[in-house]
Amino acid sequence: MKIEILGTGCAKCKKTKEAIEKVLAETGKKAEVVKVENIETILNYGVMVTPAVVVDGEVKLAGKVPDEKEIRKWVE
Amino acid sequence: MADIFYPLQWIADKLTYEVFGIAPTTHLAASVNFIIYDVLKIFVLLSVMIFAISYLRTYITPEKTRKVLGGKKGLRYHLIASLIGTVSPFCSCSSVPLFIGFVEAGVPLGVTFSFLITSPLVNEAAVAVLWATLGLKATVIYVVSGIVLGVFGGYMIGFLKLERYVEEFVYKIKVGKQASEQEKMTVKERARTAFEGVKDIVGRVWIYVIIGVSIGGIFHGYAPEGILEKYAGKDNLLAVPFAVLIGVPLYSNVMGMIPIMESLIGKGLPIGTSLAFLMSVTAVSLPEMVILKKVLKKELIAIFVSIVALSIIFTGYMFNILL
Repeated sequence: MKIEILGTGCAKCKKTKEAIEKVLAETGKKAEVVKVENIETILNYGVMVTPAVVVDGEVKLAGKVPDEKEIRKWVE
Repeated sequence: MADIFYPLQWIADKLTYEVFGIAPTTHLAASVNFIIYDVLKIFVLLSVMIFAISYLRTYITPEKTRKVLGGKKGLRYHLIASLIGTVSPFCSCSSVPLFIGFVEAGVPLGVTFSFLITSPLVNEAAVAVLWATLGLKATVIYVVSGIVLGVFGGYMIGFLKLERYVEEFVYKIKVGKQASEQEKMTVKERARTAFEGVKDIVGRVWIYVIIGVSIGGIFHGYAPEGILEKYAGKDNLLAVPFAVLIGVPLYSNVMGMIPIMESLIGKGLPIGTSLAFLMSVTAVSLPEMVILKKVLKKELIAIFVSIVALSIIFTGYMFNILL
């Protein structure tokens, strides 16, 4: 599984990454977590408000930090 | 008019005079009472406002906005862009993708700027704190000026035809089709999103509010009346531009700034000067400019900042004369 976090690097993007890593550690699921800061790549996903989360090429959420329940749904 | 905040004043009085046992006529009592009342009032209004706006916002997505504004010219669309900007603040790191997204959808540069100017200027947290401290009238003035400023600033930028000062790569980027589906939310989901908005924003600003109110409270209790009239009164024409100049680099502390302004107004600082200062704090922020530098050439940033700063100075003078 590949999880991409789209965002130019504000506090919310960092929080999103931490939340995802926490859930991965708790559930023991393996996933490649990548931070995407390139604007062009972000826009290619049709995302205009960050942070956004892309799981295996599919945009799951944009514009807010996901809560743990949401993240669990994606990784399981 | 019945004061809907009367219960909060009652709590503040009870705490100050009875629980803490401070004699009502002292400076300390004035400060403490002011701090308790203001903090309570700000948090009540902050929670209510953020909830309402966050709820409304679940209906407004960047995709819809792009559709509404794409290829539309005319003052009417500047106004619509500005109005959308009032309810949809974006975190500053979203300004670049939003900007490109708008330009790509054919939203005219000027209309995009109407959105970009009003969005940070009129945000629900600032409005709530303003309402709690300076009252409804000043808040309405602030919001209306913010919208007028966005319409005017964006219109000027469109009028001057500054498209050449946008970095070339912006026009080449294609925005992908995929985006998250947030269309069909239930009322419960919207309410939950709104509640998270409250948690998120209150969680971030509470410390600034308390610091700001405390500084304001000390000032309120101890500084002599009319002290500012002498130096920054209406007859000092330099006060407004000066307030705008110091306001620019202060973005992150705006929630704390407002309660301080409240006490400064109490000590004789004119409302127009205060509003000009607050506007400059939120509208032209240095970090925001640094981010926009990625997509705009420095000429356009300079023009943008000048237009906004001059309009804010004008607004400040106008309210000093009117109020």
